[in-house]
Amino acid sequence: MISLKNVCLSFGGKNVLDNFSIGIPDKGVTCFSGPSGCGKTTLFRVIAGLNTVESGEVICDFKKPAFLFQEDRLLPWLTAIQNVAAVLPRNGSGEAARLLRNVGLESEQNALPSELSGGMRRRVAFARALAYGGDLLLLDEPFKGLDEDMTARLAAMVSGSGIPALVITHSENEIRLLGGRVLRFGGPPLALF
Amino acid sequence: MTNFTTRNKMPPSLKGLVSAAFWIGVWSGTSLLIGQELLIPGPVSVLRRLIALAGRLSFWQAAGISLLRIFGGFTAGVLIGGVLAVLTFRFELLDALFSPVIRIIRATPVASFIILALLWIGHSLVPAFISMLMVVPVVWQSLRVAISETDVSLIEMAQIYRFSAVKTLKLIYIPSVLPAFSAACLTSIGLAWKSGIAAEVLCLPRNSIGTGLYYSKIYLETPSLFAWTAVVVTLSFILEKLFAVAIGKRGAGK
Repeated sequence: MISLKNVCLSFGGKNVLDNFSIGIPDKGVTCFSGPSGCGKTTLFRVIAGLNTVESGEVICDFKKPAFLFQEDRLLPWLTAIQNVAAVLPRNGSGEAARLLRNVGLESEQNALPSELSGGMRRRVAFARALAYGGDLLLLDEPFKGLDEDMTARLAAMVSGSGIPALVITHSENEIRLLGGRVLRFGGPPLALF
Repeated sequence: MTNFTTRNKMPPSLKGLVSAAFWIGVWSGTSLLIGQELLIPGPVSVLRRLIALAGRLSFWQAAGISLLRIFGGFTAGVLIGGVLAVLTFRFELLDALFSPVIRIIRATPVASFIILALLWIGHSLVPAFISMLMVVPVVWQSLRVAISETDVSLIEMAQIYRFSAVKTLKLIYIPSVLPAFSAACLTSIGLAWKSGIAAEVLCLPRNSIGTGLYYSKIYLETPSLFAWTAVVVTLSFILEKLFAVAIGKRGAGK
Protein backbone atom coordinates (compact mmCIF):
# COMPACT_ATOMS: atom_id res chain seq x y z
CA MET A 1 0.00 0.00 0.00
CA ILE A 2 1.14 3.54 -0.74
CA SER A 3 -0.67 6.25 1.15
CA LEU A 4 0.07 9.90 1.89
CA LYS A 5 -2.01 11.77 4.48
CA ASN A 6 -1.92 15.57 4.90
CA VAL A 7 1.64 15.75 3.67
CA CYS A 8 3.40 19.12 3.52
CA LEU A 9 6.69 19.82 1.76
CA SER A 10 8.13 23.08 0.50
CA PHE A 11 11.29 24.19 -1.27
CA GLY A 12 12.55 27.74 -0.81
CA GLY A 13 9.21 28.93 0.58
CA LYS A 14 7.26 27.36 -2.30
CA ASN A 15 4.69 24.76 -1.23
CA VAL A 16 5.00 21.73 -3.47
CA LEU A 17 2.89 19.43 -1.30
CA ASP A 18 0.33 21.29 0.82
CA ASN A 19 -1.80 19.02 3.01
CA PHE A 20 -1.67 16.53 0.18
CA SER A 21 -3.40 13.17 0.59
CA ILE A 22 -3.59 10.26 -1.81
CA GLY A 23 -3.95 6.49 -1.82
CA ILE A 24 -2.10 4.86 -4.72
CA PRO A 25 -3.09 1.41 -5.98
CA ASP A 26 -0.29 -1.06 -5.31
CA LYS A 27 -0.89 -3.41 -8.21
CA GLY A 28 -0.36 -3.05 -11.95
CA VAL A 29 0.63 0.17 -13.70
CA THR A 30 -0.48 3.62 -12.55
CA CYS A 31 0.29 6.61 -14.77
CA PHE A 32 0.80 10.07 -13.29
CA SER A 33 0.01 12.87 -15.69
CA GLY A 34 0.07 16.63 -15.26
CA PRO A 35 1.89 19.80 -16.23
CA SER A 36 5.65 20.12 -15.70
CA GLY A 37 6.59 21.45 -12.28
CA CYS A 38 3.31 20.52 -10.58
CA GLY A 39 5.11 18.25 -8.08
CA LYS A 40 4.90 14.74 -9.55
CA THR A 41 8.64 14.10 -9.27
CA THR A 42 8.61 15.39 -5.68
CA LEU A 43 5.81 12.94 -4.93
CA PHE A 44 7.95 10.09 -6.35
CA ARG A 45 10.95 11.23 -4.30
CA VAL A 46 8.81 11.20 -1.15
CA ILE A 47 7.57 7.68 -1.95
CA ALA A 48 11.18 6.53 -2.58
CA GLY A 49 12.29 8.06 0.72
CA LEU A 50 14.63 10.58 -0.89
CA ASN A 51 12.73 13.57 0.55
CA THR A 52 11.48 13.76 4.11
CA VAL A 53 8.14 15.47 4.52
CA GLU A 54 7.74 18.44 6.89
CA SER A 55 4.44 17.11 8.27
CA GLY A 56 1.87 14.43 7.54
CA GLU A 57 2.15 10.69 7.15
CA VAL A 58 3.70 8.60 4.39
CA ILE A 59 3.01 4.87 4.30
CA CYS A 60 4.83 2.79 1.70
CA ASP A 61 4.81 -0.96 2.12
CA PHE A 62 7.35 -1.41 -0.66
CA LYS A 63 10.83 -1.90 0.76
CA LYS A 64 12.92 -1.94 -2.39
CA PRO A 65 11.77 0.61 -4.96
CA ALA A 66 13.71 0.94 -8.24
CA PHE A 67 13.74 4.58 -9.33
CA LEU A 68 14.33 5.56 -12.95
CA PHE A 69 15.13 9.23 -12.44
CA GLN A 70 14.18 11.95 -14.88
CA GLU A 71 17.91 12.27 -15.62
CA ASP A 72 19.79 9.09 -16.61
CA ARG A 73 22.28 9.24 -13.71
CA LEU A 74 24.64 6.75 -15.31
CA LEU A 75 28.18 6.45 -14.00
CA PRO A 76 30.18 8.16 -16.76
CA TRP A 77 33.32 6.05 -16.20
CA LEU A 78 31.50 2.71 -16.55
CA THR A 79 30.35 1.06 -19.76
CA ALA A 80 26.65 0.36 -20.43
CA ILE A 81 26.91 -3.23 -19.20
CA GLN A 82 28.90 -2.19 -16.10
CA ASN A 83 26.26 0.44 -15.28
CA VAL A 84 23.51 -2.17 -15.37
CA ALA A 85 25.60 -4.80 -13.56
CA ALA A 86 26.39 -2.26 -10.81
CA VAL A 87 22.93 -2.80 -9.25
CA LEU A 88 23.15 -6.58 -9.52
CA PRO A 89 24.93 -8.96 -7.17
CA ARG A 90 28.46 -10.07 -8.17
CA ASN A 91 28.74 -11.86 -11.52
CA GLY A 92 25.57 -10.20 -12.76
CA SER A 93 26.99 -9.34 -16.17
CA GLY A 94 25.02 -12.18 -17.85
CA GLU A 95 21.73 -10.74 -16.60
CA ALA A 96 22.88 -7.21 -17.50
CA ALA A 97 23.71 -8.36 -21.05
CA ARG A 98 20.27 -10.00 -21.37
CA LEU A 99 18.50 -6.83 -20.28
CA LEU A 100 20.56 -4.66 -22.62
CA ARG A 101 19.67 -7.05 -25.44
CA ASN A 102 15.99 -6.67 -24.52
CA VAL A 103 16.23 -2.89 -24.85
CA GLY A 104 18.03 -3.17 -28.20
CA LEU A 105 21.54 -2.32 -27.00
CA GLU A 106 23.34 -5.61 -27.62
CA SER A 107 26.05 -3.96 -29.72
CA GLU A 108 26.52 -0.98 -27.37
CA GLN A 109 27.24 -2.97 -24.20
CA ASN A 110 30.82 -1.84 -23.98
CA ALA A 111 30.21 1.81 -24.85
CA LEU A 112 30.63 4.55 -22.27
CA PRO A 113 27.61 6.80 -21.64
CA SER A 114 29.40 9.66 -23.44
CA GLU A 115 29.54 7.49 -26.57
CA LEU A 116 25.79 6.83 -26.55
CA SER A 117 22.91 8.97 -27.80
CA GLY A 118 20.35 10.39 -25.34
CA GLY A 119 17.84 7.67 -26.21
CA MET A 120 20.44 4.92 -25.75
CA ARG A 121 21.46 6.30 -22.35
CA ARG A 122 17.78 6.31 -21.38
CA ARG A 123 17.53 2.65 -22.29
CA VAL A 124 20.61 1.79 -20.22
CA ALA A 125 19.04 3.58 -17.22
CA PHE A 126 15.77 1.71 -17.92
CA ALA A 127 17.60 -1.64 -18.05
CA ARG A 128 19.35 -0.78 -14.78
CA ALA A 129 16.00 -0.05 -13.07
CA LEU A 130 14.63 -3.42 -14.22
CA ALA A 131 17.86 -5.23 -13.30
CA TYR A 132 17.65 -4.06 -9.71
CA GLY A 133 14.82 -6.48 -8.95
CA GLY A 134 12.84 -3.97 -6.92
CA ASP A 135 9.36 -4.58 -5.57
CA LEU A 136 8.11 -1.28 -7.05
CA LEU A 137 9.07 0.59 -10.22
CA LEU A 138 9.10 4.38 -10.00
CA LEU A 139 9.60 5.56 -13.57
CA ASP A 140 9.93 9.29 -14.16
CA GLU A 141 9.41 9.96 -17.87
CA PRO A 142 10.95 6.59 -18.81
CA PHE A 143 10.49 6.92 -22.57
CA LYS A 144 11.95 10.40 -22.98
CA GLY A 145 13.88 10.63 -26.25
CA LEU A 146 12.75 7.24 -27.57
CA ASP A 147 11.05 6.55 -30.90
CA GLU A 148 7.54 5.05 -31.06
CA ASP A 149 8.65 1.46 -31.65
CA MET A 150 11.12 1.48 -28.76
CA THR A 151 8.54 3.19 -26.52
CA ALA A 152 6.03 0.43 -27.29
CA ARG A 153 8.67 -2.27 -26.63
CA LEU A 154 9.69 -0.78 -23.28
CA ALA A 155 6.07 -0.08 -22.25
CA ALA A 156 5.31 -3.78 -22.88
CA MET A 157 8.27 -4.71 -20.66
CA VAL A 158 6.86 -2.53 -17.85
CA SER A 159 3.34 -3.93 -18.16
CA GLY A 160 4.61 -7.50 -18.49
CA SER A 161 7.08 -7.33 -15.61
CA GLY A 162 4.43 -8.09 -13.01
CA ILE A 163 6.02 -5.50 -10.74
CA PRO A 164 3.75 -2.65 -9.56
CA ALA A 165 4.81 0.45 -11.53
CA LEU A 166 4.17 4.14 -11.06
CA VAL A 167 4.96 6.06 -14.25
CA ILE A 168 5.17 9.82 -14.79
CA THR A 169 4.33 10.70 -18.37
CA HIS A 170 3.05 13.63 -20.41
CA SER A 171 2.08 11.49 -23.38
CA GLU A 172 -1.40 10.12 -23.98
CA ASN A 173 0.14 7.56 -26.32
CA GLU A 174 2.40 6.26 -23.53
CA ILE A 175 -0.61 6.09 -21.18
CA ARG A 176 -2.44 4.03 -23.79
CA LEU A 177 0.54 1.73 -24.31
CA LEU A 178 1.03 1.18 -20.58
CA GLY A 179 -2.64 0.56 -19.85
CA GLY A 180 -3.66 0.59 -16.20
CA ARG A 181 -4.93 3.54 -14.22
CA VAL A 182 -4.31 7.22 -14.80
CA LEU A 183 -4.08 9.87 -12.10
CA ARG A 184 -4.19 13.45 -13.39
CA PHE A 185 -2.65 16.25 -11.39
CA GLY A 186 -2.43 20.02 -11.34
CA GLY A 187 -0.39 22.45 -9.30
CA PRO A 188 1.80 23.46 -7.61
CA PRO A 189 0.94 22.71 -4.92
CA LEU A 190 0.18 19.23 -6.25
CA ALA A 191 -3.54 18.52 -6.51
CA LEU A 192 -5.35 15.47 -7.82
CA PHE A 193 -8.08 16.19 -10.38
CA MET B 1 35.06 34.07 -47.70
CA THR B 2 36.30 31.99 -44.84
CA ASN B 3 39.88 32.43 -43.81
CA PHE B 4 41.68 29.52 -42.15
CA THR B 5 44.89 29.90 -40.25
CA THR B 6 46.83 26.66 -39.93
CA ARG B 7 49.88 25.70 -37.87
CA ASN B 8 52.39 23.14 -39.00
CA LYS B 9 52.19 20.19 -36.61
CA MET B 10 55.58 19.17 -35.20
CA PRO B 11 56.04 15.66 -33.69
CA PRO B 12 56.37 15.97 -29.87
CA SER B 13 59.82 14.29 -29.82
CA LEU B 14 61.15 16.72 -32.44
CA LYS B 15 59.57 19.63 -30.53
CA GLY B 16 61.43 18.51 -27.38
CA LEU B 17 64.73 18.19 -29.26
CA VAL B 18 64.36 21.64 -30.86
CA SER B 19 63.49 23.20 -27.50
CA ALA B 20 66.44 21.49 -25.73
CA ALA B 21 68.86 22.44 -28.52
CA PHE B 22 67.67 26.06 -28.41
CA TRP B 23 68.11 26.46 -24.63
CA ILE B 24 71.44 24.62 -24.54
CA GLY B 25 72.51 27.04 -27.28
CA VAL B 26 71.37 30.02 -25.18
CA TRP B 27 73.21 28.57 -22.14
CA SER B 28 76.45 27.99 -24.13
CA GLY B 29 76.24 31.46 -25.67
CA THR B 30 75.71 33.15 -22.29
CA SER B 31 78.55 31.14 -20.72
CA LEU B 32 80.91 32.06 -23.57
CA LEU B 33 79.84 35.71 -23.41
CA ILE B 34 80.45 35.99 -19.66
CA GLY B 35 83.57 33.86 -19.84
CA GLN B 36 83.68 33.00 -16.12
CA GLU B 37 83.08 29.36 -15.07
CA LEU B 38 82.40 30.57 -11.53
CA LEU B 39 79.30 32.49 -12.63
CA ILE B 40 77.97 30.38 -15.50
CA PRO B 41 79.79 27.19 -16.46
CA GLY B 42 79.17 25.89 -19.98
CA PRO B 43 77.17 22.72 -20.72
CA VAL B 44 80.33 20.76 -21.60
CA SER B 45 82.05 21.39 -18.26
CA VAL B 46 78.82 20.60 -16.39
CA LEU B 47 78.50 17.35 -18.32
CA ARG B 48 82.16 16.52 -17.57
CA ARG B 49 81.54 17.13 -13.85
CA LEU B 50 78.37 15.04 -13.96
CA ILE B 51 80.27 12.15 -15.55
CA ALA B 52 83.00 12.50 -12.92
CA LEU B 53 80.40 12.50 -10.12
CA ALA B 54 78.60 9.51 -11.61
CA GLY B 55 81.82 7.52 -11.38
CA ARG B 56 81.77 7.71 -7.60
CA LEU B 57 79.77 5.38 -5.34
CA SER B 58 79.00 8.28 -2.98
CA PHE B 59 77.10 10.05 -5.79
CA TRP B 60 74.72 7.13 -6.30
CA GLN B 61 74.33 6.71 -2.54
CA ALA B 62 73.48 10.41 -2.17
CA ALA B 63 71.01 10.34 -5.08
CA GLY B 64 69.40 7.09 -3.88
CA ILE B 65 69.06 8.13 -0.25
CA SER B 66 67.71 11.61 -1.16
CA LEU B 67 65.22 9.93 -3.47
CA LEU B 68 64.10 7.56 -0.71
CA ARG B 69 63.83 10.35 1.86
CA ILE B 70 61.84 12.68 -0.34
CA PHE B 71 59.66 9.98 -1.84
CA GLY B 72 58.94 8.76 1.69
CA GLY B 73 57.93 12.28 2.72
CA PHE B 74 55.82 12.64 -0.43
CA THR B 75 54.03 9.33 0.19
CA ALA B 76 53.36 10.22 3.83
CA GLY B 77 52.08 13.66 2.71
CA VAL B 78 49.71 12.11 0.16
CA LEU B 79 48.36 9.64 2.75
CA ILE B 80 47.94 12.25 5.51
CA GLY B 81 46.46 14.83 3.09
CA GLY B 82 44.04 12.21 1.73
CA VAL B 83 42.89 11.01 5.14
CA LEU B 84 42.51 14.59 6.39
CA ALA B 85 40.47 15.50 3.29
CA VAL B 86 38.04 12.65 3.95
CA LEU B 87 37.82 13.41 7.69
CA THR B 88 37.37 17.19 7.29
CA PHE B 89 34.69 16.57 4.64
CA ARG B 90 32.87 14.08 6.85
CA PHE B 91 33.14 15.83 10.24
CA GLU B 92 32.43 19.54 10.55
CA LEU B 93 34.29 19.81 13.86
CA LEU B 94 37.46 18.35 12.35
CA ASP B 95 37.09 20.72 9.40
CA ALA B 96 36.87 23.67 11.82
CA LEU B 97 39.95 22.41 13.67
CA PHE B 98 42.21 21.45 10.79
CA SER B 99 41.32 23.80 7.93
CA PRO B 100 42.95 26.92 9.46
CA VAL B 101 46.07 24.94 10.44
CA ILE B 102 46.50 23.58 6.93
CA ARG B 103 45.98 27.05 5.45
CA ILE B 104 48.66 28.42 7.81
CA ILE B 105 51.08 25.65 6.79
CA ARG B 106 50.49 26.55 3.15
CA ALA B 107 51.22 30.23 3.75
CA THR B 108 54.30 29.76 6.00
CA PRO B 109 57.75 30.02 4.33
CA VAL B 110 59.40 26.62 4.00
CA ALA B 111 62.63 27.96 5.61
CA SER B 112 60.76 28.64 8.88
CA PHE B 113 59.61 25.03 9.02
CA ILE B 114 63.08 23.70 8.16
CA ILE B 115 64.69 25.69 11.00
CA LEU B 116 61.96 24.66 13.45
CA ALA B 117 62.17 21.02 12.38
CA LEU B 118 65.96 21.13 12.87
CA LEU B 119 65.29 21.96 16.51
CA TRP B 120 62.61 19.31 16.94
CA ILE B 121 63.82 16.22 15.07
CA GLY B 122 67.00 14.51 13.84
CA HIS B 123 68.87 16.02 10.85
CA SER B 124 68.28 13.06 8.59
CA LEU B 125 64.50 13.12 9.15
CA VAL B 126 64.00 16.83 8.43
CA PRO B 127 63.95 16.58 4.58
CA ALA B 128 61.28 13.83 4.63
CA PHE B 129 59.28 15.77 7.22
CA ILE B 130 59.46 18.99 5.20
CA SER B 131 58.49 17.21 1.96
CA MET B 132 55.52 15.70 3.77
CA LEU B 133 54.53 19.08 5.21
CA MET B 134 54.56 20.74 1.79
CA VAL B 135 52.53 17.96 0.15
CA VAL B 136 49.75 17.73 2.78
CA PRO B 137 48.04 21.11 2.04
CA VAL B 138 48.10 20.60 -1.75
CA VAL B 139 46.62 17.10 -1.59
CA TRP B 140 44.19 18.04 1.19
CA GLN B 141 42.77 21.06 -0.62
CA SER B 142 42.42 19.37 -4.02
CA LEU B 143 40.79 16.28 -2.53
CA ARG B 144 38.58 18.24 -0.15
CA VAL B 145 37.17 20.30 -3.04
CA ALA B 146 36.85 17.24 -5.32
CA ILE B 147 34.98 15.23 -2.66
CA SER B 148 32.55 18.08 -1.97
CA GLU B 149 31.96 18.48 -5.72
CA THR B 150 31.10 14.80 -6.25
CA ASP B 151 27.84 14.63 -8.21
CA VAL B 152 25.03 14.49 -5.62
CA SER B 153 22.66 12.95 -8.15
CA LEU B 154 24.97 9.91 -8.44
CA ILE B 155 25.12 9.60 -4.64
CA GLU B 156 21.31 9.65 -4.61
CA MET B 157 21.26 6.95 -7.31
CA ALA B 158 23.62 4.85 -5.15
CA GLN B 159 21.28 5.38 -2.19
CA ILE B 160 18.25 4.18 -4.18
CA TYR B 161 20.07 1.14 -5.54
CA ARG B 162 21.48 0.41 -2.08
CA PHE B 163 25.17 0.51 -2.92
CA SER B 164 27.28 -0.47 0.07
CA ALA B 165 29.71 2.13 1.44
CA VAL B 166 32.61 0.30 -0.24
CA LYS B 167 30.76 0.16 -3.56
CA THR B 168 29.87 3.87 -3.37
CA LEU B 169 33.51 4.67 -2.63
CA LYS B 170 34.79 2.46 -5.46
CA LEU B 171 32.23 3.33 -8.13
CA ILE B 172 31.49 6.99 -7.35
CA TYR B 173 33.89 8.80 -5.02
CA ILE B 174 37.23 7.40 -6.25
CA PRO B 175 36.57 7.90 -9.99
CA SER B 176 35.14 11.38 -9.23
CA VAL B 177 38.19 12.59 -7.30
CA LEU B 178 40.88 10.74 -9.28
CA PRO B 179 41.59 13.54 -11.83
CA ALA B 180 41.99 16.16 -9.06
CA PHE B 181 44.03 13.73 -6.95
CA SER B 182 46.40 12.94 -9.86
CA ALA B 183 46.90 16.62 -10.63
CA ALA B 184 47.60 17.38 -6.96
CA CYS B 185 50.12 14.53 -6.75
CA LEU B 186 51.92 15.65 -9.90
CA THR B 187 52.20 19.21 -8.51
CA SER B 188 53.27 17.83 -5.14
CA ILE B 189 56.13 15.74 -6.54
CA GLY B 190 57.92 18.88 -7.75
CA LEU B 191 57.13 20.67 -4.50
CA ALA B 192 58.39 17.75 -2.39
CA TRP B 193 61.64 17.69 -4.33
CA LYS B 194 62.28 21.42 -4.08
CA SER B 195 61.46 21.66 -0.39
CA GLY B 196 63.21 18.37 0.48
CA ILE B 197 66.45 19.42 -1.23
CA ALA B 198 66.24 22.87 0.42
CA ALA B 199 65.92 21.08 3.78
CA GLU B 200 68.93 18.89 2.95
CA VAL B 201 71.00 22.01 2.13
CA LEU B 202 70.16 23.48 5.55
CA CYS B 203 70.41 20.23 7.56
CA LEU B 204 73.34 18.57 5.76
CA PRO B 205 72.39 14.94 6.41
CA ARG B 206 75.03 12.36 5.41
CA ASN B 207 74.68 11.05 1.87
CA SER B 208 72.36 13.59 0.27
CA ILE B 209 72.06 15.68 -2.86
CA GLY B 210 71.52 18.77 -0.67
CA THR B 211 74.87 18.21 1.05
CA GLY B 212 76.49 17.95 -2.39
CA LEU B 213 74.87 21.25 -3.36
CA TYR B 214 76.01 22.88 -0.11
CA TYR B 215 79.67 21.86 -0.57
CA SER B 216 79.53 23.04 -4.19
CA LYS B 217 78.60 26.46 -2.81
CA ILE B 218 81.24 26.40 -0.06
CA TYR B 219 84.05 25.47 -2.50
CA LEU B 220 82.67 27.74 -5.25
CA GLU B 221 82.29 24.69 -7.52
CA THR B 222 79.65 26.11 -9.83
CA PRO B 223 79.86 23.23 -12.36
CA SER B 224 79.15 20.79 -9.47
CA LEU B 225 76.23 22.97 -8.39
CA PHE B 226 74.82 22.78 -11.91
CA ALA B 227 75.49 19.03 -12.08
CA TRP B 228 73.69 18.31 -8.78
CA THR B 229 70.82 20.56 -9.90
CA ALA B 230 70.58 18.58 -13.13
CA VAL B 231 70.34 15.39 -11.03
CA VAL B 232 67.49 16.89 -8.97
CA VAL B 233 65.60 17.99 -12.08
CA THR B 234 66.12 14.63 -13.81
CA LEU B 235 64.95 12.62 -10.78
CA SER B 236 61.91 14.90 -10.41
CA PHE B 237 61.00 14.36 -14.10
CA ILE B 238 61.45 10.60 -13.76
CA LEU B 239 59.23 10.48 -10.66
CA GLU B 240 56.57 12.61 -12.36
CA LYS B 241 56.60 10.35 -15.44
CA LEU B 242 56.44 7.17 -13.33
CA PHE B 243 53.53 8.59 -11.35
CA ALA B 244 51.70 9.68 -14.50
CA VAL B 245 52.13 6.17 -15.98
CA ALA B 246 50.91 4.55 -12.73
CA ILE B 247 47.83 6.77 -12.59
CA GLY B 248 47.17 6.22 -16.30
CA LYS B 249 47.26 2.45 -15.77
CA ARG B 250 44.95 2.73 -12.76
CA GLY B 251 42.51 4.77 -14.87
CA ALA B 252 42.62 2.30 -17.73
CA GLY B 253 42.20 -0.65 -15.42
CA LYS B 254 39.02 0.60 -13.79
